Amino acid sequence: MTLALPVKDTAQRIGEHFADAVTEVTDGAVIVKSEALFQVAEYLKTNPDFDLNYLTHITAVDYFDYFEIIYQLTSLNNNHSLLLKTRCYDRDKPVVPSVVGLWRGADFQEREIYDLMGISFKGHPNLKRIVMWDGFDGHPLRKDYL
Amino acid sequence: MTLKTEPFVLNVGPQHPSTHGVFRMRATLDGEVVVDIEPIFGYLHRGIEKLAEERTYTGVIPLTDRLDYLSSMANNLGYCLAVEKLAGIPVPERAQYIRVIMAELQRIASHLIAVGAFLNDCGAFMTPIVYMIREREKILDLFDMVCGQRLTYNYMRPGGVSQEIPDEFLPALDKFLKQMPGWIDEYDQLLKENEILLARSKGVGTLSQELAISISASGPVLRGSGIKWDIRRADPYSIYERFEFDIPTGTVGDCYDRYRVRVEEMRQSLRILEQARQQIPGGEFRSKVPHLIRPPVGETYAHIEAPKGELGFYLVSDNSIAPYRCHVRAPSLLNVTALRDLMIGWKIADLILIFGSMDICMGEIDR
Amino acid sequence: MMIFNPDPSSVRQMPTLAPDWPGGFWWHWLLFTVIIIAFVLLLVMGYIWLERRAMGRMQARLGPNRAGPFGLLQPVADALKVMLKEDIVPVNADKIVHLLAPIIAFAPVLIIFAVVPFANGALLADLNIGIVFVVAISSISTLGVFMAGWGSSNKYSLLGAMRNVASVVSYEIPVVLSIAGVVLITGSLSMNQIVLAQEIPFILLQPLGFLIFFIGGCAEINRSPFDLLEADSEIVAGFHTEYSGMKFAMFYLVEYAEALVISALITTLFLGGWRGPILPPWLWFLVKVMVVFFVMVWTRTTLPRVRIDQLMALAWKFLFPLALLNLFITGIEILAWPTAIAWLIPVNIAVMVILVLLWSKLFKLGWGRVEV
Repeated sequence: MTLALPVKDTAQRIGEHFADAVTEVTDGAVIVKSEALFQVAEYLKTNPDFDLNYLTHITAVDYFDYFEIIYQLTSLNNNHSLLLKTRCYDRDKPVVPSVVGLWRGADFQEREIYDLMGISFKGHPNLKRIVMWDGFDGHPLRKDYL
Repeated sequence: MTLKTEPFVLNVGPQHPSTHGVFRMRATLDGEVVVDIEPIFGYLHRGIEKLAEERTYTGVIPLTDRLDYLSSMANNLGYCLAVEKLAGIPVPERAQYIRVIMAELQRIASHLIAVGAFLNDCGAFMTPIVYMIREREKILDLFDMVCGQRLTYNYMRPGGVSQEIPDEFLPALDKFLKQMPGWIDEYDQLLKENEILLARSKGVGTLSQELAISISASGPVLRGSGIKWDIRRADPYSIYERFEFDIPTGTVGDCYDRYRVRVEEMRQSLRILEQARQQIPGGEFRSKVPHLIRPPVGETYAHIEAPKGELGFYLVSDNSIAPYRCHVRAPSLLNVTALRDLMIGWKIADLILIFGSMDICMGEIDR
Repeated sequence: MMIFNPDPSSVRQMPTLAPDWPGGFWWHWLLFTVIIIAFVLLLVMGYIWLERRAMGRMQARLGPNRAGPFGLLQPVADALKVMLKEDIVPVNADKIVHLLAPIIAFAPVLIIFAVVPFANGALLADLNIGIVFVVAISSISTLGVFMAGWGSSNKYSLLGAMRNVASVVSYEIPVVLSIAGVVLITGSLSMNQIVLAQEIPFILLQPLGFLIFFIGGCAEINRSPFDLLEADSEIVAGFHTEYSGMKFAMFYLVEYAEALVISALITTLFLGGWRGPILPPWLWFLVKVMVVFFVMVWTRTTLPRVRIDQLMALAWKFLFPLALLNLFITGIEILAWPTAIAWLIPVNIAVMVILVLLWSKLFKLGWGRVEV
């Protein structure tokens, strides 16, 4: 069984390294500040206790007030997983750091989120529309897109 | 005077015999050698994730059929598992076994097409794929028997399957299980040691372990690189912990390894099918589930080992009858991330071959 | 001294030309021109039918079986369909080159049959340089293919055409060298003489030469596994991507007519041509041609395609040295034992097996990147 890492402990350990990075801990997910996301992700990937070397998927959810970007991380060696989230409150110009530098698999998924949700990923090497055509107006997966 | 060649751009696709759908690769070539490549897709984008937000939980199932249209049963299963996890719906024993049988049959069917298309890309003019379509036809007949469809099955439901398997299904399955190992041996005899196939695919498109993990590859692509990671083992869903099977892996991660892994996986699927066939109990095929499922507020991620890799559904519920958000973690989309790294420096013929060995499905990439 | 030493009187008896016919040479030429055109067109249809049906059987399907008995009329139906189709010329294409290409590709294939004997002396012109003529003319088709690729203004076409030129240039050498072995034994370049010399089919005396000629021939006419110039899974349809209608039909015709040429040449050079017991000569010729073509269909359905660098490597590293060795060994045999034909057969076969095994150990096709 892939074990979900205990959220509280993980949040605590993240907090030890990056003060104020963790904003909230829900049952099953650690929510971090978007500014600190890259550092936290790098820590989780490289720290041998976590060793979350496999990015299962990235997605984003539009909650009207904010966007939630979800990173499902898995460790292939230790067979445990962690749900890492970050929130983005700026609706007009949402920006989060890109994790392509850590996991190449984020490339197309971030582009897809940028395309369909309209969230920019800072540091993405090739951020452009992926499924819709260039010049398409709007971001279809947003809840206010009709 | 020195001879100088100028790179030129070749659009491989979206209309091309071997791009497996409407995939497009903008390849920059220097003569025959690939200098640069950019995958472009979106030609089959239907907005399934958006459509799912407008439909009831049960109504999304037909949409999942259209994701990876070569393995609809697996897509159904993945989605139903997610809904069950979200809403806490129990699944009767018999339904679990029926689901496993369907999923494994689907895996064989999908791998048959994958291997056949790979060999066709390799230039074995139609012969392997026609043989493999012949066998796939038997599986499609079995599916036709249980749900009346041959491609988009819409068979599974949250809490079980849509209808009981007919009486003639199990004898037909027995017959298939008896014949299929011989057929797989036949393919191996024909092609396993073929010198041209070895020359074409050994060492071509080598995906290293680090890169495979970094691009979040899954399924045969990941296992071809020698990583023993199978969701059925690593995170058993449904009733997979009850079955005995091996996880075939490759050694170096080239096209040949990926091809071998698929062929071996077919054999392992047959093993699972044998066991499931023997153990299948009687009973209900579906638990009592309300027509309109209203899961509690929350979110869940359920993943299965689909034929092409890890297929996951990320569902968010707001206690209404439709999912608030339904994200599909499509294995094909992630498996093609490394295309550029694998192809640069190889020739056009290898470009097609490497692409074929990835076994992608456009319905899943574009969604 | 030569193994075959034609008696001058027998040469005179051969009715190679018919000057005593009413009208002299002209009737002879007219008759054979008609025969050749009919032969090529009919046999191409037969080939298409055979290929599709045989391929169907090998691929566990039926193949065309609706038009006529056993689908025999399918090529006719296809020909009719293709003639009625719209002729599309790309806007950017070089119109004249685009138009001329199929004609230039097709004409030489017909011309080659001028020197192929259908029975003893039954050929349009028994040129004393027959086989050299064949080698020279057969290369012209490449020009047509290259014109098609260049004139279509399509990158796939261009790639296909380039591949074709590369493969023809490379494979011409081992092919000609393997023919030279036959010519050494015969002591004549005339196709009719070569057939007459074959008391024993040369496939037994020249097994290695036969192998090289078969592989090289298949590569030159781009039969699978060397069908790189129209590799449908890679470059769509290669040089004839932009062709439709009758022009496409011409290329289709060329493809099969070339296969016919190669099988006729193999028959003539290695399988004893029209010679054979009981059946009439022309029927023997036809049967042998069909058998050779069947082997080609067989390889096509069985083998995957090689890559362009592997194709080149096969020509230069495998076939070329072997062809040279074959020529060398043949020369020694002819000089040393001019009369002892019978026991040379097992020796030659042994030599072939040893050399092929040796080379396949020395030289691997690939297992990865082979730089040319």
